[in-house]
Order: sequence, then C-alpha cells, then structure tokens
Amino acid sequence: MDARVPFCHTCGVIQPPRSIDHFACLGMTPTFEIDPQELERKYFAFQRTFHPDRFAAKSPKEKAISMQHATNLNQAYDVLNDTLSRAEYLLSMQNSEEDAPGCTTVNDPVLLIEAMELREELADASDAETVSGIIQRTQADIDECIEELKPEFADGHLEAAAHLTTRLKYLSKLMDEARQRQLQLIKSQ
Amino acid sequence: MQLLDIHEPGQTPVPHQEADVAVGIDLGTTNSLIAFSEDNAPEVVRDANGKGMVPSVVAYPDGANEPVVGDLARATILDDPHLVVSSVKRLMGRVLADLKTISGTLPYEIAEADEGQDRMVRLIVGEKHLTPVHVSADILRALRSRAEASLGKPVSKAVITVPAYFDDAARNATKDAARVAGLEVLRLVNEPTAAALAYGLDKGSEGVYAVYDLGGGTFDISILRMEKGVFQVLATGGDSALGGDDFDHAVVERFLAERRSETQSDELSTGDLKHALATARLAKECLTSQDDGEWILGAGDIETRHRLNRETFEELISSLVDRSIDICRDVLLDSGLGAEEIKGVVLVGGSTRVPLVRSRVAELFGQQPLADIDPDEVVALGAALQAEALTVGSDTLLLDVIPLSLGIETMGDLVEKVVPRNSPIPISRAQEFTTYQDGQAAMMIHVVQGERELASQCRSLARFELHGIPPMTAGAARIRVTFAVDADGLLTVSASEATTGVQQEVAVKPSYGLTDEEMVAMLKESMEHAKDDMQARVLAEARVEAERVLLSVASALEADGDLLDQSERAHIDQAMSAVVQACQHTDRDAINQNMENLELATKPFAEKRMDRGIRTALEGVNVDDLKQKVEAGQDETE
Repeated sequence: MDARVPFCHTCGVIQPPRSIDHFACLGMTPTFEIDPQELERKYFAFQRTFHPDRFAAKSPKEKAISMQHATNLNQAYDVLNDTLSRAEYLLSMQNSEEDAPGCTTVNDPVLLIEAMELREELADASDAETVSGIIQRTQADIDECIEELKPEFADGHLEAAAHLTTRLKYLSKLMDEARQRQLQLIKSQ
Repeated sequence: MQLLDIHEPGQTPVPHQEADVAVGIDLGTTNSLIAFSEDNAPEVVRDANGKGMVPSVVAYPDGANEPVVGDLARATILDDPHLVVSSVKRLMGRVLADLKTISGTLPYEIAEADEGQDRMVRLIVGEKHLTPVHVSADILRALRSRAEASLGKPVSKAVITVPAYFDDAARNATKDAARVAGLEVLRLVNEPTAAALAYGLDKGSEGVYAVYDLGGGTFDISILRMEKGVFQVLATGGDSALGGDDFDHAVVERFLAERRSETQSDELSTGDLKHALATARLAKECLTSQDDGEWILGAGDIETRHRLNRETFEELISSLVDRSIDICRDVLLDSGLGAEEIKGVVLVGGSTRVPLVRSRVAELFGQQPLADIDPDEVVALGAALQAEALTVGSDTLLLDVIPLSLGIETMGDLVEKVVPRNSPIPISRAQEFTTYQDGQAAMMIHVVQGERELASQCRSLARFELHGIPPMTAGAARIRVTFAVDADGLLTVSASEATTGVQQEVAVKPSYGLTDEEMVAMLKESMEHAKDDMQARVLAEARVEAERVLLSVASALEADGDLLDQSERAHIDQAMSAVVQACQHTDRDAINQNMENLELATKPFAEKRMDRGIRTALEGVNVDDLKQKVEAGQDETE
C-alpha cells in the first residue's frame, strides 16, 4: 500500500494530500507495463472516496481538501492512462535533471530522417486511402515501439528507454496529424 | 459503526442541525422544474392541477412589488409584452457584443451599455433595467416557494442543472442567481448527465449511452459510460444558441414574410413580435401530431392567415436539425467511439418531440431513441437524485468533464490551450510562458475558452496583468499560469513568476460578470424576502464548526497525546481555550481567526499522528479495505 493516509484515524476527517508521485497516488507501483483495467479500477475506487461530491455536506475546508485529492487523482490517471505520457513520466521520475526526457533534442539522425520522410509522405497524400495506409503503418510502428519499450523499462535501461520514448513521441504526433488530415479529406469530399 | 450515541446533556458532539431539504432544479430556457428525491425515488413538485412545468417567464407589473412567474406571466405576454421577460437563459453571462452571435430576432429590449463597458446585458422592462441574473433569481425563488409549500419544509440547497455546453460566464451567472434567490448550490450538474442519472438509476443499465438534449435555447450531446456505479462523461459538445426557439423563429420568419408580401407593411413592435412568436410556437407544437393547420397573426389592425403543413415545417427547420447531427458526429469522434458502439440514445428536452428530430437521431445512431421518461422532466429528476446523493449519500459517483478548452492568448492572437476539452474535473493544469521584450515588467494574461485557433474567435473570460516581473532579457522570465477548474466547472486562474514568486490570482469573473456592488444590492434586496437572519446563521455555523474541531482535537490528544512534549502540548491547549473564549462572543471573525491559530498550532501534531497512522493502522491494507475504513470513519463523524 502506498504512503497515503488521507483520513484522521480517530475522527475520520479528510487530510490534505501529500506530495507523492502519480503511481503512488493511484496505489500502483511505478512500472511501464500496467493493466489498464487495474488502473481504472483503482482510479474509480479512489475517486469514490475522495470526490468532492462525497463532501458536499462537509465544511468548506474539507470540501477544498477533497477537491485537491480529486484533482491529483485526475491528473495521475490522465498521465498514466496514456502510454506515451506514462513513459515520459517514468523517465522524469528517474531523472532529476530539469529538462523532461522525450523533449530533448533529437540527435539521432536515423530517427530524424524517418520522421521527416513520414511527414513528407503525409503532406503529399491527397486522398483518404493513402492517408489511412499511413495511419495503419504508423499504428503498427507504435505498437512495435511499445513492445520494444517494455523490456528496456523492466531492465532499467533508461537510456534506451528514453531513446524509444522519443521515437514513440514522434510517431504519436504523426498519428495525430494523419488523423486530422484524414478528417479534412473526409469532410472536403 | 455505532448505532446509538448516548451523551451527557449539553455535550452532544455534533449539534443537531435542522435537516436541510435539498432539491433538484432544471432551470430551463422555456420551462423550469423543481424535483425532490427521497430513497432514490425522485418526483417533480407539481401544482394543484398536477402540472410540474413552470414557464420560465417573469412579468414585472407596474406598481407591483413582487414579480409574477410562470403561467400567469406567460398569459400576460400578449397584453403587456414590454413588462414580460422570457427565454432569459440565453442571456446568462452575456455581454452586449455576444448578442450578435445569438441567432434570430430577439424578443428583448436591451439597454445600451456606457462607452467601453463590458458588462452583462441589461433588459429594459418597463421602468426597470434588469440583469439576466435578476430575472433568473426570480424564477428560482418562485420554484423554491412552490417546493416549500409542497414539502412543508424550508428549502435551502439545490443542485441546479446547466447545459453541458454552458461556458464559464453562464455557469457563474447561474450560481449568482441561486445565491440571490437564497439557495446554496450544492453542485451545478450538466443537463445530459442529470438525464443519464435519471435513466441509469432507474434501470441499472451498464454500457455507453448518448444523451441528445434539445431544449428551448440550447443543444447538448454527451457520450456517457455507466459502469459499476460510476457515471463517466467521455465527451460532450453542443451549441449554446440552438434550440426549439430557433424552430419558432424559422416559422415566424416565414409567417412574417408572407404577411409582408400580403400587407406591404413592415411595422412590428416588440410586442407584436412576441405575439407572433407565441403563434409560431403553437404551430410547431400542433405539427408534432397534426399534418397541417392554419394560424392567424393579428398584429395591429390587420389580420393575416398562414397555412403550414408538416413537410414545409420540416424544410424550414431541416438545416437546424442537421447542425445538431453534425455536432453529434464530432462528439462521437472525440469519444473515439463509433455510432454502433452506443448502447442507447436518451432524448431530453421538449424539442425532441418534433418528429424530424427523432427520425434524424434514429438514423444517425441506427436505433430508436429511448423516451420512456418524460423528456421535459428527466433532467429535473436526475438533479433531484444528485441532490439526494450529495446530502444523504449514494453508491453512485459522477465523473464529469469540462466542455470547452481553456487557454490563454499568446503572440499574434494565437491560443495556447492549457486545459483541453473533455478533461475530467476537478482539474488543475499549469503552463509556463515567458516575456518577449527585454526588461518587460508586466504581462497581460488573457484567458479564453473555446476550440478556435484565434483568441479573438474564442470567448474571452478574463484579462489580468501580472506586475512586478524583475527586469530580465526577453525569454528569461518564467511565468507559470495555473488553471484550476472545480467540480462545478468554474475556473480560477493564477499566475506567478518563478524567480521572484510574484503572484496574482483571479477568479474568472470580473470582465463580464456582475460588479460586487450589484451583487450586494441584489442580495440585500433578496434579504427582504429571506426569513432568517443571515448574520445569525453565519455565526451559528462558525460556532458549530469550532465545536466540532475542538472535539476532534480533544479526542486526538487523548489518543496520541504522548507524541507531544510539554511545550507543544501547552501551545495547543492555549489555542484551544482561545477558541472556546471566542465562541462565547458574537464576533465571527474572532472565532475564525482563533480557529486558524488552532489549526497552525496543531499542524505539527497532525503530521506526527499521520506518520504513526501509516505505521500502525494501515499496514498491508489494500484499496478496498481503505475505502471501508474511510467510510466507517466518516460515519463516526456524522
């Protein structure tokens, strides 16, 4: 169990949240591989306990504190539920330096060229079919990238993990752009 | 959990509080309802004739002190149109400039604002200039007395529903109106969510549902997931200026065009227009069940006759209905779901009675929509359930989202989004910005809401300036802007500069809301209606709270007093007796001040206790056990 004891053990009044990481906030251990259903189950269970709706009849102070808890839970769930942001967050937990990993400048020429090529291809695509081809391929790349990330995080190879996370970030961004492009093309038809 | 507490006389730990009745209110554009729920069985409060709907129409007769609300007011529209206000919800939180974006001809007379004034619109009603908040408060007050008369108890708390797509300004205005009407808002709940609550609890259904809510003035579509007692809003969208009123306008425009070509005259007063709108509404309602009909416009001395059949009516409103369907498609896309994944579609709002609306919705989702609960009442019923859940407790939990993205204006009219739409609330997000000129000492922060790329196309919520930035080269200052949205969907923005800690906070309200003086004046006016003395009530509340805290501290000292050394203990004892002393007087501020001191004095103690708590009480406890412990703990305090 995590180190949160948010209620006074004699009178049961809610206490302010402590500064803990997002994993601890949701009672999870900090790992890259998580069971999404488990995450959701814990998120719901904690929200059931801390949501301001549970404190509507309490004092303004207690309401405000429960709001802080619920805000933290939403934030934690938001970060951990998405694979890319979970990877970035894990790296930032290990890394005390200022600049968040994944945002570091790309000095890998292979990655850079791959990203540029894919982007050009997307810019040249003029029909929905080509774009959906790009989307399928990018999705496969994303899945592969995530598979590669798993052992690196599990074995604590942070440098390799950071490298793959940067790639994942590029791929996700490309995916967003491709989806938007597809939408544009469908709407303009 | 103890079933029965026995206490020494005069030492009851929590003083008995009068059971406050909490109701659910659907404050609609055209009609409003109030409902009350007990044991999960919500019911709409009805008048002697069994009618639950109260027209959201207020009349301010000359010389009368009290406004007239509801059917009576609606009846006087035709006689004294200039003294009657309807559809005021469309104007909540709006400034003059916004009115241009509201479609159709407005049946209001709006006061001109003074030069450069960016304030909420004023309606001219006879001699008076009234804010939409004032008019809404009059409706709420009427609903409140209706409920009090029916329940035989004072009503002081309410869950009020708002369109999911209501922006921050309109939400704040709604909350203000409730305050003026003497109602504490337990929570603002989005209308589609309330409707889903009414359906969900009734049927215990699980899965993903769409709620299509077409009211008098607003359209909302929400995609919700109901699972294991949790209602999670996945995506929401809508148009705060699309509703059944627009159908009326479409009909009236046709009638008036016909009339013009017939009479060659274009003269219509605001009163005539209101009259014509009432006729158009009637035509719309008739065409729900009838195939055609004829209506008479009698403005001035000239009477004109207008035939309309359902087919033509559907042509008139087709583009409006299409607009709602397009929004549904976008929201589905946002939710990441296909139409075939939607298990059921719930219809809400009187305008969903229009056959064309039903058939288009059925077409989009590939299934007949649900309408088992009266679409006019379903929102109020859900609100009542939520009011019960918030006061009495409930097994279900509602996780709602923010409907529109929030951001700030950056260079070149661009918007930097800080909180994206459909983020679950409450939420807090921070983003860093920097200066763009050497030695820049202040920064203007312009908060906007909406999805458009340019700040000028989004809704402006507030502007404030952060001063006292130390002179630095461009780009060196680090200004952190934090957006916090609470469970009602209301926003607070704060900004601070990292190297100096200069800080500025703003509850987003000033630029278009009511001024403090106006609010005070309105509250004062409403106090004349209020029975209890506000001051006395506030003092009583402070004392109750003080007593509760003193008891908690005492029991904590008894349990864990050994954690303190003598001087720490003396410090706490001293702070406690100061609170006891203050409670014997009538100065509320003194009580609060001493309470704050007590809190400071006990803070180290609380921390020590929490550490002990971690080691002992909760070793090896999992989430579910924690929850049980928590609930048991809460019961003890109640």
